[in-house]
Amino acid sequence: MNIAVAIDHVPQDALPSAGEAGPAPRRIVVAYGFWIFLLSDIIMFAALFASYAVLVHSTAGGPAGAQLFNQGTVAIETACLLFSSYTCGLMSLAINSRRRLGTYLGALVTFALGAAFLALEIREFTNMIAVGATPERSAFLSAFFTLVGCHGLHVTLGLIWLVVMMVQVAVMGFVPTVQRRLLCFSLFWHALDIVWVGLFTVVYLMGVSP
Amino acid sequence: MSAAQHERAPGDRPTREMQASAPSEFLVYTIGLFVALLLTVTSFWTANTTLLWPGGVFLGLAVLAIAQMGIHLVFFLHITSGPESTNNVLALAFGVLIVFVVVAGSMWIMTDLNQNMLMPLGGSISMPMRH
Repeated sequence: MNIAVAIDHVPQDALPSAGEAGPAPRRIVVAYGFWIFLLSDIIMFAALFASYAVLVHSTAGGPAGAQLFNQGTVAIETACLLFSSYTCGLMSLAINSRRRLGTYLGALVTFALGAAFLALEIREFTNMIAVGATPERSAFLSAFFTLVGCHGLHVTLGLIWLVVMMVQVAVMGFVPTVQRRLLCFSLFWHALDIVWVGLFTVVYLMGVSP
Repeated sequence: MSAAQHERAPGDRPTREMQASAPSEFLVYTIGLFVALLLTVTSFWTANTTLLWPGGVFLGLAVLAIAQMGIHLVFFLHITSGPESTNNVLALAFGVLIVFVVVAGSMWIMTDLNQNMLMPLGGSISMPMRH
């Protein structure tokens, strides 16, 4: 953290207004813009959550959540995503101190845990479809597959993004552009975990408890 | 122009000179992981136990989920209440407001509509048809 060392002895006054400080560094602007995107993404998830909550009892005589959901699988999925969020944080520490090996290791573990989560979710979906619980069976199942599938799609995109970023680190090194993209990736990955917290609570735990 | 005079990017940790006694970054992530794990385990226990009053389980799960989201925001995304992340917190507050309006509003309206749809079966329709 070179910046932290350099400004160690500068007395900390109140933050100057935007006019005095000049334009913000690129890293702050980019990350703030991505933060706005993430919040709008979460608002989209809120709409899906709302439709799920409205339709959760509209099973049309089909299977309800309590008969379909397996809590063991959900617990493992939750653990996978939580630990991958943690290793993603460790990866961003390695990026900030420009340790290549640590970055690759963090990315590898993050990718493996994310892929394990995705594999479990796909297995769950195929099992449900095999017993006739397809999205067209009832409004409840349509809402379920839309909500959980949308999260799964985000995880898939995140995994692809992570691979692309590792290629960029290998080819371009830790240039500022790559570091900004990696910061955005870690924001994205942590936000996905936050959405999953709401998801396993609302869909799986509230769905099976009486 | 040093970077410390600006707001902080979301996801970046506070620089050291702001909190000289701040714990190391590795420790922050690890504490976050353990607290989040604890809350997750409590959530799964709450949903499956028979010890608790069933009516309170729903509320308990909601509280645990919101607490865990807060833990993720503070320990993983490094959202603080400091002056250097005012913009991030304000954007987050607006997002939370919209999420609340969308979810609570939809559920309120749709519950209301469901009850009104069921009413004609009871026989008493208070509003005359005006066609």
